[in-house]
Amino acid sequence: MSLQPETFKSLVKVAAEQVIASAPELTTLDQAIGDGDHGTNMKRGFEAVLGKLDAISAQPFDEALKTIGKTLVMTVGGASGPLYGSFFLAAGEALSHDKQLPDDLAEIFASGVDAVSRRGRSQAGEKTMLDVLVPVLETLKTDAGRPDLVERIRTRAAEAAARTAPMQATKGRASYLGPRSVGHVDPGARSSCVLLHAVCASLEGRQ
Amino acid sequence: MNDTVGIVIVSHSKDIAKGTADMVRQMVGSEVKVAFCGGNPDGGLGTSVPLIVDAINDAWSSRGVAILVDLGGAETNSEMAVEMLDPERRDLVVVCNAPIVEGAVMAATEAAGGSSLAQVRAVAEELSAD
Repeated sequence: MSLQPETFKSLVKVAAEQVIASAPELTTLDQAIGDGDHGTNMKRGFEAVLGKLDAISAQPFDEALKTIGKTLVMTVGGASGPLYGSFFLAAGEALSHDKQLPDDLAEIFASGVDAVSRRGRSQAGEKTMLDVLVPVLETLKTDAGRPDLVERIRTRAAEAAARTAPMQATKGRASYLGPRSVGHVDPGARSSCVLLHAVCASLEGRQ
Repeated sequence: MNDTVGIVIVSHSKDIAKGTADMVRQMVGSEVKVAFCGGNPDGGLGTSVPLIVDAINDAWSSRGVAILVDLGGAETNSEMAVEMLDPERRDLVVVCNAPIVEGAVMAATEAAGGSSLAQVRAVAEELSAD
């Protein structure tokens, strides 16, 4: 089994469209515990990705991931730009070193997660996007090859995002609020969940 | 002019970045190169990696460049901008852990005396020490 270019293109398109559609929700979450710009920032970044969709999908997968990453870095305008950008840049870099999609997905995803962790100097448990990415990486590792892997990732991402609500933020802007950050889902965790759900939906549509 | 460390000011607000740069120029004069940027790629509050890259290149000095930032995203985007520089410039740029206004003034004052990048950074970062 190998990932087909047209599948990849529709996956990127659906993911970008879902992030753009979720912008109002992300902004509302970010107004509660951040500075209220996560939705508009992500929307700007993924609109730029959509604008380059034809060029991106004409590239080999590793280069395509790097182009997505660089586009997010250059256009998002908040910390989520370098964070998501680093994820895609590192994933593209991993893919260019003898890795294959979808066989080495867990390893490629792990490179992205490591890059986010380094860029944000953060770990899971600090009420950030890593609280979705790290559990999903675990699922990718433990459930690889299962026929219901996509469904498991969808469930894990949703549960993990919801689980950020009772956490107190210790990284990012929300940490300024201290205990008042408790009770709200983290916007970055939510946007990671939106992206992962879009990828799941896109893959299931083709199964 | 090119033998003093350059200073870059990165704020979420272009007004704050410009105002800080104005203060630095008034207090230190024009012997230190000062560049600033603020605002996201659409001009709203935020920071922009390409604008930070441009500011670093504008303030470029063979002695290096010290960047002063305000809040989280400004730091993350500045670190990203540094990584996107030409490899030979990357190691000559530091992001200071210092308050933006006081840090910029202290860093520029130190730079004006011909100090090294490490000294400039240390003086700015003393402001954040307990």
